[in-house]
Amino acid sequence: MSLKRPAKDQPESFEFNSSSLEAANKIISKYPEGKQQSAVMALLYIAQKQNDNWIPLVAMKYIARLLDMPYIKVYEVATFYSMFNLSPVGKYFVQVCTTTPCMIRGAGKLVEACKEKISENESELLPDKNCSWMEVECLGACVTAPMMQINDDYYEDLDKEKTLEILDKILKDEIPKPGSYRGRINNEPENGRKTLMELKNA
Amino acid sequence: MLKDQDRIFQNLYNDLGSNLTSAQKRGDWVNTKEITDKGRDWIINEIKDSQLRGRGGAGFPTGLKWSFAPKEVGSRPHYLVINGDESEPGTCKDRDILRFEPHKLIEGCLIASYAIQAHVCYIYIRGEYFVDGQKLQAAIDEAYEKKLIGKNAAGTGWDLDIYIHYGAGAYICGEETALLESIEGNKGQPRLKPPFPALIGLYGCPTIINNVETIAVVPTILRRGGKWFASLGREKNTGTKIFCISGNVNNPCNVEEEMNIPLKELIEVHAGGVIGGWDNLQAVIPGGSSMPLIPKEKCETLTMDFDSLVAEKSGLGTAGVVVINKDQDIIKCMARIARFYKHESCGQCTPCREGSGWMWRMLERMAKGEASKDEIEMLDDVTKQIAGHTICAFGEGSSWPVQGLLRHFKDEIKKRNNFDPIVKETQNIPYLVDQHLLDKNA
Repeated sequence: MSLKRPAKDQPESFEFNSSSLEAANKIISKYPEGKQQSAVMALLYIAQKQNDNWIPLVAMKYIARLLDMPYIKVYEVATFYSMFNLSPVGKYFVQVCTTTPCMIRGAGKLVEACKEKISENESELLPDKNCSWMEVECLGACVTAPMMQINDDYYEDLDKEKTLEILDKILKDEIPKPGSYRGRINNEPENGRKTLMELKNA
Repeated sequence: MLKDQDRIFQNLYNDLGSNLTSAQKRGDWVNTKEITDKGRDWIINEIKDSQLRGRGGAGFPTGLKWSFAPKEVGSRPHYLVINGDESEPGTCKDRDILRFEPHKLIEGCLIASYAIQAHVCYIYIRGEYFVDGQKLQAAIDEAYEKKLIGKNAAGTGWDLDIYIHYGAGAYICGEETALLESIEGNKGQPRLKPPFPALIGLYGCPTIINNVETIAVVPTILRRGGKWFASLGREKNTGTKIFCISGNVNNPCNVEEEMNIPLKELIEVHAGGVIGGWDNLQAVIPGGSSMPLIPKEKCETLTMDFDSLVAEKSGLGTAGVVVINKDQDIIKCMARIARFYKHESCGQCTPCREGSGWMWRMLERMAKGEASKDEIEMLDDVTKQIAGHTICAFGEGSSWPVQGLLRHFKDEIKKRNNFDPIVKETQNIPYLVDQHLLDKNA
């Protein structure tokens, strides 16, 4: 369970815009009648997306009213799960995996690169609010370690130089190409593949 | 090595594309109706004959699990829930199924839902796999459009709706009851068992929960027969499995192989060998971070299946093989895993909440050589106070890797940690000697 604090500066009001509301209603309809509370995580995602990638307290209150559940239960969910940001993060939110499989392949170098390019401290917002970084636990791409996630995309098979290149790009507001940075295809062995040979390059 | 035609996931590396047309060319969705026409009992028996064991880590027999679902649907509907909250460090197999073989999973959902009489199936995917989840959603939309799911799915006469539910970065939601809590819109803290989910699960209704890989292999087993699946591997450890080989190897990769494959073959043939050669190997974590590591001597002859790894006091888990070579500091590696568990403990049970942080802090000091000798025994004691004293298996998952380290690398820890907090009498500095401690040791 990670320690998370809501931001000090909170907006006064929050409301879903029409496209968010449409998406929210679609999600609520996935669950049986009377079980609309199940949609709370999905709605928090929608709120987060609408509000520059973080969730203010008023949004939680709004969602609680929408789903007819106590505010504290929404708060509980928002603070429990690590992917809900309770304070502002960068427009490009860099998450570096440093759990053991990434660590032994050099995730420390990626952290160094982030410190050099973005900021010395984790979760520190650049003045233009463009970028912030943090260390996270296993992101489930261990075969292509070390790796990092920027917003929704995975950047895999990295080293320090390639990380610096990627960070340079996002600081210039360009979106780098996701995927492997050693040119390998998905999770196949890089050279000397021994299986499914007939299908290769089919 | 397993023959290519016996590999279930032909598109593991996305050579062929993941859309419906290419999936149908690989044999998905061909005559699904013929399978369901043979009846529920036939399906469950065939899965029992195949001796398929759950691919999510615990290795529970799938056919047996399905047979726990009530035979008659009462006032409460049945649910099928697919666990795709893959968060175990070292494991990245379900991601490849979600993005490259989604139709195997969807067809498996239909057959499993039919067998346990569920009309609704939720697929729980970890939030970080958003892009991969979108690919699965596209495949689900495609299946709805072609009437393969929905009303009278694939002409079987069975109605099925499939919905994706995204997690939000909590490892504990891979535990089945925590996953149900999460779907119900609560924080993911595991429930006490019994009652088991097969009787009281999602929304209090009978629920069967299976891993992505388990469900994705079901259609192929039913097409080729349980006997075919059981002929691979060995008794009670049958079939094929996707192994994820990561860490200090030359070509880290995912590969589908037969159960009971020698670990050395897996590393040398598929993953291009250990960096620095086989002699540079230090230890291997055989099944994701929660399984105790295995030192090099035993890796020579080790075979990879559920029972042979249990015999080595470890486990197959999710088959995420993490190779650690001699360039790494093994204590530091384990300290990092302990930090992972400290971060991911849900905080419900005290032994786990407090113990996971305690283990982490001790291991960090041991890695730096700042611990005292007595603490090694204390660490062992802490692991035993956690394992078996918690609601879910997270307690075991967090303490087993530390126990593994203590079992095989105790000498290494002892060598590094010589610090003794007690000032000895022999040093003859009377004003520094703590008298009451001296009395105790006399």
